[in-house]
Amino acid sequence: MKADRALVLHLGVLAVLLALHFTAPAYHHTNIARIMVLAIYAMGYNIAFGYTGLLSLGHALLFGAGLYGAGLLVYHADASAPVAIIAGLLAGGAMALAVGLLALRTAGVAFMIVTLMFAQAGYLTVLYFGSYTRGDEGIVIPRAARMLWGLDLSDDNTRYLIALALFATALLANLALAQSRFGRIMVAMRENEERSRMLGFNPFTVKLTALIVSGLYSGLSGAAYGLMFGYVGASLASVQYSILPLLYVLLGGAGTVLGPFLGALLMFYLIDYASAVTDAHQFVTGAALVLLILFAPKGILGTLRARGLKWLP
Amino acid sequence: MTNKLITPNPSRRAVLGGMAAGGALLATGLAPRFAQAQSSAPIKLGFQLHRTGIGASYGRWYERTATAALNVLNEAGGINGRPVEIVFEDDGTDPKRGAEVVEKLTSQAGCDLIFGTLFSHVVMGSAPRAGELKVPYLVCSEGHHVASGVLNRWTLQPGITDVKSQVQSMAPWVTTNLGKKVTMVFPDYAFGHDHRDFFTAAVAAQGGEVIKHIAIPPTETSFTRYFPQIPSDTEVLYHVMVGPAVLTFVKELGEFYGTGARPEIFGFIDSLEAVNIASPGLEFLEGTHFWEGHPRYKQADASEAEGFYRAAIGVDDTGASVSDPADVATYAHMFSAWETLFTVKVAMEAAGYQSTADRQKVVEAMEAMTDFAEGNDHPQGPKVFNGKTHQAFGLQSISKVEGGKLMRVHQTAMEDGFYPDEVDYTSMSF
Repeated sequence: MKADRALVLHLGVLAVLLALHFTAPAYHHTNIARIMVLAIYAMGYNIAFGYTGLLSLGHALLFGAGLYGAGLLVYHADASAPVAIIAGLLAGGAMALAVGLLALRTAGVAFMIVTLMFAQAGYLTVLYFGSYTRGDEGIVIPRAARMLWGLDLSDDNTRYLIALALFATALLANLALAQSRFGRIMVAMRENEERSRMLGFNPFTVKLTALIVSGLYSGLSGAAYGLMFGYVGASLASVQYSILPLLYVLLGGAGTVLGPFLGALLMFYLIDYASAVTDAHQFVTGAALVLLILFAPKGILGTLRARGLKWLP
Repeated sequence: MTNKLITPNPSRRAVLGGMAAGGALLATGLAPRFAQAQSSAPIKLGFQLHRTGIGASYGRWYERTATAALNVLNEAGGINGRPVEIVFEDDGTDPKRGAEVVEKLTSQAGCDLIFGTLFSHVVMGSAPRAGELKVPYLVCSEGHHVASGVLNRWTLQPGITDVKSQVQSMAPWVTTNLGKKVTMVFPDYAFGHDHRDFFTAAVAAQGGEVIKHIAIPPTETSFTRYFPQIPSDTEVLYHVMVGPAVLTFVKELGEFYGTGARPEIFGFIDSLEAVNIASPGLEFLEGTHFWEGHPRYKQADASEAEGFYRAAIGVDDTGASVSDPADVATYAHMFSAWETLFTVKVAMEAAGYQSTADRQKVVEAMEAMTDFAEGNDHPQGPKVFNGKTHQAFGLQSISKVEGGKLMRVHQTAMEDGFYPDEVDYTSMSF
């Protein structure tokens, strides 16, 4: 019954997003497409942080792996968009595997620092190979290359529906993961690693697997972002993009399936509306986060779950 | 394989279109009045502004410059007799936000076109969306991205010369007057790489040689350890640093050479935009040379238009705000915001611009332009505009620091900056 309620809720959210495709004004229509793609990234971050307790400050490396894995293939090797998206997804997963094998030897603050440094190294690598990546300036993906099985990704309608399809797949897979046996093991690892070890689960294997899944999500999001919006640049692999998914997840609710999307949505519009009112929009965003941590440290959906909606996955 | 566009059925545009048609039927009685009002309604221009982020010091002055130009434009009757408004929107000097700002200005604010973007990465991140929205996007970036052909039919740069042309036009004077053996110090990312590639080629074309490239990582905060890499037989040291570490760079360079012999030094004023050249620690710059897109200090032979432009914005003869001498302008670049606005006026009037349905005509009108005469609309000097490459070409100044002031010692000729076309945007579809 709990599972049914959760499924209905998530399908309902997807139905609302589909309805918005037909009714949202143009500005918000494109914004929501962008938010859905970034929410996939935040979902990936949430799998590592929210469910498994891996507080990474270096996920921009995984997002960037997908972004450049796809973008460089298209730009330099004339790869088709489907190949590029799959390559981006795999690049995110492979990068997570490589980072995880090393970084998971540490924990806590050390894990944060190691992941941060890996991401910074990745960012500088993008700048260093500027003759291929055009560094900070970045590369524009030609419109002709942004075709997915005949679908024009530069077309607003097509882009929205593709973003929705990817988001729906990622969301339902995340829901299934959260409700699966492995999902419960991830949570067990977050809550008490030693007790989980005593129960026979290998923390390293579980955390590495979670990190790889997180990397696949991040890579998919990066690849989709580059191809859908036509730009691949180093700023998208900078430390700012390691912090953003953390903020999305904290705002929406760590360890909730819908939290990353809700956080990405609210954060986007918070910045959008605040910037219309004041130059100090970053202060407004910061203040909102401080208030959130003070009064609702579990995020919006986490608080709702604690106050009654216990079935919320 | 042929790619064809597949659109959803029914499309959201069809649904929205139906809703709009229904609304229009209800409002039939009001339609003629609306049409009449629309023809005299203000023209709305979006300005993608670096109000925050790394470009904020530029953004502050770009906003002042565009606002001053807008006042002049409206006092002279606006565009096609219609008043003009500018909607400023902060992009945080961030390419992702830049694309969102293009969207916001076009779809939400209903702007007729967008202009004003300076930083190249924001241009690169935003131009694809401008192309998709089919809105003219006029950048003030000096990047070579437009003329290189990587952008689209809707993106043009009519108000400032690109870096390839700037660098190429100055190389002959540098090699003739300062020396032929050059060492370049530049930031190790795309902006610096453009300088490295274009200037190296231009120096070679003049019979000179770049004997050492010193690339500085973008995270660097101290530069002392790089200076020993400068070969002792260097005749000219070419530097083009940007960002918050610039002052440290110049001061440490001064400490490195001290009062001893040093090579001639030629820098891009980008290193010291919005910085008082007479700041403590910069005494070392006395006798060195700079590129300036537009001389910060009012020169003895300045035109009337130059005085008009300074007065309109509120800049004194030293390039600082008339209300605060410590507030130094980004003078070498900000003329592009002014001049771009007046090219918009000419293009819109030539296109008979009425509504957003005429956006394509504006681009076509701009592509048909060939030159802009020096005057109040173009105070930096005359320009040649290449409609095929969407790029303007103008005169560049080389200034020498004398008595703590930048005094022009050379102005390039227009043809010094020309290079073969790398793209023909007019052959691309809209």
